[in-house]
Amino acid sequence: MALEDVCSFKERSVQHKWFSFSSLGDAAIPFPMSDHYNLRYSRLETSENNCGVPLHFFIPPLPHSSSFIKRPLSSFCPPKNSMTVQRPFRLAHGTTTLGFIFQGGVIAAADTRASAGGLVACPAVHKITPIHSHLVVTSSGSGADCMLWERILIREIRLYQLRHGHRLSIRATAKLLSSMLHPFKGTEMCVALTLCGWDNGPKLIYVCSDGARLQGDVFSVGSGSPYAYGVLDRELRWSLSKGEAISLAREAVFRATHRDAYSGNNVDLFHITAQGWSQRKREDLKEEYYRDKEKKGKKKNDKLK
Amino acid sequence: MEYLIGIQGQDFVLVAADNVAASSIIQMKHDYDKMFKLSEKILLLCVGEAGDTVQFAEYIQKNVQLYKMRNGYELSPAAAANFTRKNLADYLRSRTPYHVNLLLAGYDDTDGPGLYYMDHLSSLAKAPFAAHGYGKRFILNLPSFTVRLIDKEGIHDLEKLTLGAK
Repeated sequence: MALEDVCSFKERSVQHKWFSFSSLGDAAIPFPMSDHYNLRYSRLETSENNCGVPLHFFIPPLPHSSSFIKRPLSSFCPPKNSMTVQRPFRLAHGTTTLGFIFQGGVIAAADTRASAGGLVACPAVHKITPIHSHLVVTSSGSGADCMLWERILIREIRLYQLRHGHRLSIRATAKLLSSMLHPFKGTEMCVALTLCGWDNGPKLIYVCSDGARLQGDVFSVGSGSPYAYGVLDRELRWSLSKGEAISLAREAVFRATHRDAYSGNNVDLFHITAQGWSQRKREDLKEEYYRDKEKKGKKKNDKLK
Repeated sequence: MEYLIGIQGQDFVLVAADNVAASSIIQMKHDYDKMFKLSEKILLLCVGEAGDTVQFAEYIQKNVQLYKMRNGYELSPAAAANFTRKNLADYLRSRTPYHVNLLLAGYDDTDGPGLYYMDHLSSLAKAPFAAHGYGKRFILNLPSFTVRLIDKEGIHDLEKLTLGAK
């Protein structure tokens, strides 16, 4: 990816087969879409086809999508000899991720189940990815899209650091990510990331492929988020100790995985402070369930006595 | 649902917006600011589709500030409102229209206070009072009120309440 960009390599022959997203008229895109931090105008000309997305994003021509009526894709009309790609299964967005700020830093927690409709496609996925030493991102939505955009974000942040000698702030990272996702608004891409990090203080920012960019103190994303919010809203305070915060995050994910069919298996937990992120050992929630059941059973027996 | 309201007075404009940033059924933020400062005496209030609001409002905000930098003086509220409407109209029939509803409130040193209502179909109206959201249905029905008081002594007529130029 990086080398291709540095060499301004463009595969012209491929453009006949695939409908290149980057070759759509730039009239509707109000931002100067080129390599983000490169101010030399000669580079701007050669990479003018690049819509700000680091690779040449050739999307296969999609059948007319009626779910987004406001953004008619009729101008994406594929050339007659091209093939449309049928998806073999319905995309589903089952997950529980959460992040919150307290006096001891930022906690990021997530389950590890990847579901495809009713199938548990993978029980041990990493939904929390470190971007750099002081930033992790929790992902939700379409697994493939999230993995790609995490990788793109890592690349862009690292490039900025190499070019300018200092690290981009987390708010700027969120804004950069939001601008990069904007051209794909109205397509079926679904990415909801929560950036949890530390730069001059704890930061928590939610970025979504719809375009939303919100900074806050607590966010939970995914199909299990209402259950997680229920647990978090009750106990969350600024003055929590590290141990209490970790057990609160675990409890919130556990309760969400208990009730939500599309979340489950394990819980991943990251703690970010001024010294960087640290990861807790992945815990199987099945054991937590049995411990909880035993505790409740004991309570019931105590009451009966 | 998001709510904006604006009322123009003799020498002021009063605007208010709700503070909720919601994502379907979840309230993600309780303290979200929907007002964008365009210049010292102009505010833009913006609600609508998730990413469009901030992208469009910031685009207008930066362009208004750029005008001041280039020309040395600020855009008047009427000019800013018309500029905003023109941008909305230009994108309306493109592949990516901005689905945003706006109120622009400003004070012009020569013309006085002004409240401009704009909606996602890029209509523009200068109005003494305006609202967006469910509240629109309440405020637009307020040309005047007949007021009566009922207490232990019976029914009393009070003074009629009128709103807006009569």
